[in-house]
Amino acid sequence: MSPEINPMALFVASIFTSNILLANFLGMCSFISISKDMKSSNGLGLAVTLVLFVTAGMNWVVYNLVLVPLGLEYLRYIIFIVVIASIVQIIEMIIDRVSPRLYITLGIFLPLITVNCAILGVSLFMEIRQYSFVQSLTYGLGSGLGWWLAIMLLAAIRRRVEKAPVPAGLKGPGITVITIGFMAMAFIGFGGMLPVQ
Amino acid sequence: MSDVATPTVILKDNVWTSNPIFMQVLGICSALAVTNLLVNTWIMTLGVVGVTAMSNLTVSLVKSFMPRKVRMMVQTLIIAFYVIIVDILLRAYLPDISRALGPYVGLIITNCIIMGRAEAFAQSNPPLISIWDGLTSGLGYMGVLLAIALVRELLGFGTLFGYQVMPNGFEPWIIMVLPPSAFFLLGILIWIAKSIMIKQGEPVV
Repeated sequence: MSPEINPMALFVASIFTSNILLANFLGMCSFISISKDMKSSNGLGLAVTLVLFVTAGMNWVVYNLVLVPLGLEYLRYIIFIVVIASIVQIIEMIIDRVSPRLYITLGIFLPLITVNCAILGVSLFMEIRQYSFVQSLTYGLGSGLGWWLAIMLLAAIRRRVEKAPVPAGLKGPGITVITIGFMAMAFIGFGGMLPVQ
Repeated sequence: MSDVATPTVILKDNVWTSNPIFMQVLGICSALAVTNLLVNTWIMTLGVVGVTAMSNLTVSLVKSFMPRKVRMMVQTLIIAFYVIIVDILLRAYLPDISRALGPYVGLIITNCIIMGRAEAFAQSNPPLISIWDGLTSGLGYMGVLLAIALVRELLGFGTLFGYQVMPNGFEPWIIMVLPPSAFFLLGILIWIAKSIMIKQGEPVV
């Protein structure tokens, strides 16, 4: 991928045109199970955004300044996972110290995030597309915001769908997946705006 | 899960009654993106089957030495270890497919199915049956994804495994190449599977 993409363009693109969830299918597991309820969706969205922003930067530093000079690129999966897990742990401790109220809201979501595909996915995309440090930060933040937006929208739609007469076999996951399909179609409409992948 | 864990019960459970995709919508993150071509899906799901079986075996073998507190971390590292092997094999023997799959090979690590099987089954069962459980879970997953890929490649490109099957005048459906079609097809598949289960009177979770 071209390394000269404007970081701001990348930021907007990662929210809308190449939404991490609707275009790359990342972070689906928790997306479907949590989006039943708007309040938890909001909490999880916030947590994912925070963790994505920090891990994208941190993994960039670790990959480019430690793994590449040592020729250990093949270890990146393990290293990325360990970095993500430790950052989640550190963020959990900091939030607990600084704002116990926020901790109660986010507490249960933070451990879930370690195995959220979106977090690892962003780090891997960043590495494959050879983003610079600033690009990685804006890409991480944008992807997080895009994920947050998508889960809030889906939670709002699901509240309506629950009251609709859906065929028995389609209830629950079936109709949710199809709803996500329609959302993905709507987001493709943004594609004309920015040609950035 | 049924209460007696015989190989046939496990097979039926994992491939049909509690198929990870139909029943729990798990592990689709890393997979929907690769379902636009059958070849990619085939390689990707083979990787998942292999990793699930091997990590189930390893978790089952080391479970008695593993302190409970760090078991999640150990399981993740075991899975990451096998994924790295799959990645290196793909790079060496199938570089084109490896490039097409891109980050999705690495994302097998966070596939909830593998972690889920390690935690729910291998953690409390002997090694041999754990391999079988891993294999069948992977097969159930493979079946669903191949079905989606079949429709997407046939209608989106007019080909199957890269061979032209549709007549020359066939107009490819652009939507089938784009992400939304994967969601629609998955939704429809879940619908069909659940309707059959309701008809058969199986308890639907």
